[in-house]
Parts: sequence; structure tokens; C-alpha cells
Amino acid sequence: MTIGVEHYLTVAASLFTLGMVGIFLNRKNVIVILMSIELMLLAVNINLVAFSHFLGDLVGQVFALLNLTVAAAEAAIGLAIIVVYYRNRGSIAVDDVNIMKG
Amino acid sequence: MIYAAIVFLPAMGALIVGFFGRLLGVRASELITTGLLIISCVLSWVVFWRMGFEHETDRIIILRWITSGELDVSWAFKVDTLTAVMFVVVTTVSSLVHVYSIGYMSEDPSRPRFFAYLSGFTFSMLMLVTSDNLLQLFFGWEGVGLFSYLLIGFWYEKESANAAAIKAFIVNRVGDFGFALGIFGLFAIFRTIDFDVLFKAAPAMAGQSFLFLGYNVDILTTLCLLLFMGAMGKSAQFLLHTWLPDAMEGPTPVSALIHAATMVTAGVFMVARLSPLFELAPIALGFVTLVGSFTAFFAATIAVVQNDIKRVIAYSTCSQLGYMFAACGLGAFSMGVFHLFCHAFFKSLLFLCAGSVKHSLHEEQDMRKMGGLATKMPITWLMMIAGGLALSGFGIPHIGGFAGFYSKDAIIVASYARETYGQYSFWLLLFGAFLTAVYIWRLILMTFHGKTRVEPSAYRKVHESPAVMTIPLMCLGFGAAFAGAIGIYTFIGEGANAFWNNAVVQKTEVELYQAMHHDVPEWVHWSTFTAMAFGTFMPFLFYVIAPRLPALTVRVFRPIYLFLLNKWYFDELYDFIFVRPTFWIANVLWKVGDVGIINGLIDGTAAGVFRVTDRVVKLQTGYIYHYAFAMLIGVALILSWFMIMGGAQ
Repeated sequence: MTIGVEHYLTVAASLFTLGMVGIFLNRKNVIVILMSIELMLLAVNINLVAFSHFLGDLVGQVFALLNLTVAAAEAAIGLAIIVVYYRNRGSIAVDDVNIMKG
Repeated sequence: MIYAAIVFLPAMGALIVGFFGRLLGVRASELITTGLLIISCVLSWVVFWRMGFEHETDRIIILRWITSGELDVSWAFKVDTLTAVMFVVVTTVSSLVHVYSIGYMSEDPSRPRFFAYLSGFTFSMLMLVTSDNLLQLFFGWEGVGLFSYLLIGFWYEKESANAAAIKAFIVNRVGDFGFALGIFGLFAIFRTIDFDVLFKAAPAMAGQSFLFLGYNVDILTTLCLLLFMGAMGKSAQFLLHTWLPDAMEGPTPVSALIHAATMVTAGVFMVARLSPLFELAPIALGFVTLVGSFTAFFAATIAVVQNDIKRVIAYSTCSQLGYMFAACGLGAFSMGVFHLFCHAFFKSLLFLCAGSVKHSLHEEQDMRKMGGLATKMPITWLMMIAGGLALSGFGIPHIGGFAGFYSKDAIIVASYARETYGQYSFWLLLFGAFLTAVYIWRLILMTFHGKTRVEPSAYRKVHESPAVMTIPLMCLGFGAAFAGAIGIYTFIGEGANAFWNNAVVQKTEVELYQAMHHDVPEWVHWSTFTAMAFGTFMPFLFYVIAPRLPALTVRVFRPIYLFLLNKWYFDELYDFIFVRPTFWIANVLWKVGDVGIINGLIDGTAAGVFRVTDRVVKLQTGYIYHYAFAMLIGVALILSWFMIMGGAQ
């Protein structure tokens, strides 16, 4: 069995769905949401690399590298926000984070 | 330049004191306004001399005011003898009233405001008399109306003062409605509102007619009647007189300045200024005579029974204004202005004397609570007598007398010479003269003579007013005594033609003088003297010789007495015809229109918005996963949309 582009896409789609479901099924911890977002970004990266390989265009892989940097920066900022938030409100449970309630 | 100084010095005083009165303090405010007015007064006499005796006239354009299509209005000073006479009257009385007010208002906390208003009023009045066109006249006209309103309501803590101020304003609006229509009409016909151009063009329009309210009517008659309606409002003539007695709520110097000497005579001034137009409208002139004569009689009957010292004088003013209009209506415009001139002195004198009495009795105005004041305040008493003699026209025919003797009696004789229907004007004016003597001597006797009815504790404290109040009284007293004798030759005698120098039309007047001096029977000249003498004797009989007579008369003629005491029931009538329906309509508009419809619509809309938003706001839960889920749904929907539509292509 040769492994074609569709296999990569399936894996990426599964990962993406996992990440998305993780965002709104999770009621406990904001960090889990951050991790889920990370997962979705990785799924996108897999797509980019896969297409890059099968289409023979390196730009896709360069883009994936760029994505990794963005993901790292995002994780850093997100964690910093969470730390400050915890310091101020004493909880980072997702159900407690609703001061924007109308 | 000198005219600008006369007109704008009071305005300067009013502005300085009006805006910076608090910083300057009371004494400085008084000195600034009074000082500027005295300068203005001196300059006025200079102008009077130049206009009246060196026969100059002047027209100075200050600035182009409004240019719109054919309407081209300049801000200009038209100065001729008529203006100069008004200059002298306005600034003299005003400066004396300013001086007097320093004493009279000495206990009032808001004196700077009072003096600013007084000076502002004087400015408006001067603007009115210098006007070169009808719009400028209207500006001054409304300006004096405004300051009259402010000064009547000067003691705004008093509810009655506010009510009187509003009444004065509203009744004047009725007259101004006609006045404004008259101005519009003149512009529509002549395409100009400049006096000089109007007067030149007017003879061509005499006897022509135009369509007004669907009727073909004589142009000049209609327009003059409309203009006269404004004069009736401002000068408190019959039907529109009701505001003047109520205006006595204002401080007494205000009554002397505005409601005796100057503003109320603006109507007479206007008719005299427009005499070339009125001259061409005999029917309108007839109406002027009718209204004037009737007011002269009607207001005098009311004055005879009033008990409020200021109201008696107020009705007297109303009556004397009637004499002036009667004279104008007879075609004797200069005679009307002469009476205006004399009247300004003796009437403001009477008011200021009444103020002096009031001042020493702590704001008591009811004559039934006065009496026996002659020895306590001799100067006021003497001046009041001078004013009374002038008002009642004391004098002996062909020899001489006080001011009113020359001006008022001339009008009465002229009304005989002119021959109105059945001599109605003559008899009304003659009877009015009799009543004039009755009410003014009744006032003097009730206030100053007999046994005092003042409470003993208050009576002991009664004192003559300070010099700052009595000196203006004496100046005016001099005017009341001699203004007529000095003015008769120049104003309405042989010197009149040269003096007036065409400032007012004198065509009919010349014939009238002829008739007065040659055709009128001798008994007419003596009739006025008889009326005056008899009128003077009556109060002496009633209040000195037989003090029981007044009460007896009241009992016998009770219905007539009540009719007069209630001022012919005009206030009640107007209340029934106008005030109450207005209140009713206003109430309906308020309760149904405003509260019901407008508030209902707007409040309803607002409440609806609240109801909707209360639900919408629940969508914002604040939970991240709800928003994320919404985004997912959205993305899913967009993707489905593209897939379905993409497939359809």
C-alpha cells in the first residue's frame, strides 16, 4: 500500500477535529484550550507539508516553519496571560472565565 | 457724532453695568449709568436747540443692515424736530429717574441690574425715536417692550409681578401683530420701508384700493389702521389697555419712566412720525380720534374710583394718551406731540411723588390707609400739587396756567373746531377733563389731607424723602409748571411752522388754528376752565367739606360704582373670552397631545428597544466554548454553502 496525500489529509483532519472538539468540550482548564489550539495548528502544518511534498513546491514547508514560530509566540503570550489571570482571579477554570457575560 | 453719543452712551452704561455690575459694586454702577445719561441729556438739549431753532435736519447712515432682494434697510439716524423733542423728553425724564432711583432703590440688593435695565430701556427708546425706517422703528419698539417686561417683573420673587410682566408682553403682541402686518403691507405696496421714500410715494397711492382678506379696500386706510393697532397696544388704548394698570407692579421709577413718560407715548410718536401717511387716510384718522377720545373718557371714569395710588395715575396716563391720539386723529399732530411733551413732565412727576409717598410708608399703596401726610413731607406734597395742577390743566383762558392747561385745553378746543359727528369728541374730552380734575384732587386729598389713616406707629416714622429724590421732583415740578407756557408759542403757536420744519404734517393743522382762534365761540374756551374748576371743587366737597358724601354716593350708585371699580369688567371679560379657552386648549394639548401621543410614542419605542435587548443580551454568555461552538457552526455553514453552490456550477 502506497501512502498517498489522502492519508496525510485524513490524519490532519482527525487531529484538527480533535483540537476543535477539545476546545468546546473542555470545561476544566484554559491551558487545555491552548493545547487544543496548538493541535489544530499542527494539523494545518501537516497539510502544508503534505501538499508541499506531493506538489514538489518548497514554499509550503517554509510556510510550515513560519507557522511553528507563530505557534510558539502564541503559546508564550497565552501562557503569560493565563499566569496573570490566575494571579488576579485565583482560578483558570473555563467555567469561571465569563466576566464578558452580557 | 453727537447723535451717536446720545443714543449709544446709555447703551454703553447698560452693557458695562449689566455685565460687570457685580465687579464694579453698587455705587459705581449707579454713578456710571446716571453719569452717562446726564451727558446724553445735555447733548439732547443741544440737538433740540439746533433742530428746533436753527432749523436743521439730519440723516446719518451708520451701516447697511439688511439687503435682500428689493429690501434694503440701513441703520440710520433720522433727526428732525420730532426726534429732538423725543430726545429731550426721553433723556431728561430718564436721567431724573436714574437720579431718583439712587434714593428710591437704596434698599434693593440688585441695584446694578435695575440700573442696567433702565439704561438699556433708554437706549431702545432712543433707537426708536431716531429710526429712519420702519424696521428700525420696530427694533426699538420691541426693545422697549422687552425692557418694560424685564422691569415690570423686576421683583421676580413676587408672583403678581411676573403675571403682570407676562400680561404686558402678551397684550402688546396683539398690537404688534397689526403693526407687523402694516409694515409688511407697506413694503408690499411701496417696495420700501424708508420713511423719506415712503412719504414721497404715498400721495400717488391715496384713494387706490387693493385686495386684503378677500375684500377690495383702500390701501392707505387699511395700512394705517393696522399700524395704529400697534400704537393701541403700546400706548394702552381702549381694548388693549388692560396691561398698563397691572404694569404698576414694577418699581415706581419704572412706572414714571416707561409707563408714563416714554414707552407708552411711542404709539403717539409713531402716528406723528407717519403723519404724512395718516394724513392721506381720513377714515383711519377718524378711527384714531374715536379711540383716543373714548379712551380719554373711559380711563378717567375708572381712575375716579380706584383706591391704589399708582393705579389712579396709571389710568390717568391711559386717559391722557387718549387725548394725544384724539389730537393726532384731528390732524393736529404737533398738538398731540406737545401734549406728549408736557405730559411727560407732569405725569412722571406725579409717579415719582407717589413713589416718594410709598417709600416713606413702606410700600403702602392703598390711599385709604394714607392721609394727613402734607405736614410730614412738604416737598412731595407741593410737587404733587404742581403735578395735579398741571394734569388738571389749571389756568385761566387768555391769561396763562400750568402745562396741561396749554396742551390739553388746546386739544379740547381743537376737537370742537374740527366738528366730529355730533361733537362727540369734544364732549368726551371735556367730560374727561372734568374727571381728570376730580381724580387727581381726590388722590391729593386722600393722600395728604384730612385725618391720617396711617397706623400711629408708622405715622410717627413718616419723613420727607432724601434730597436725591426730592431734587428730581423739583426739576420735574419746574417742567410741569412752565413747560406749557414756554412751549406754546413754538409747538402749536405762530412759531410752529418754523419749529416743526415739516417733521410732522401741518396742513390741516393750519386751518385748525385759524378755526380755533377765530371761529370757535368764546364759551368753548371757558368750558374747559369750567370743567377743571368744577372737577377741582368736587373732591373738596366730598373729602373736606362733607366727608360722609363718598360713602353715601357709593351706596346710592352702587352698580355704577362697582362697574367702575372693577374697571368696566374688562379683565373678567378677557379672562372669559381669551384666557380661559387658551388655558383649556393648552391643557388638552398638554395632556392628550404631549403626554399622550408624543410621550407615548417615544417612551413606547424606548421601552420596546429595552424589551428586545434584554433578550439579545442573554446570547452573550461569556463562555469561550460557546463562542467557539458558534464559530464552528458558522464555518460549517459557510463550507456547506460553498460545496453546494460549487457543485451546482
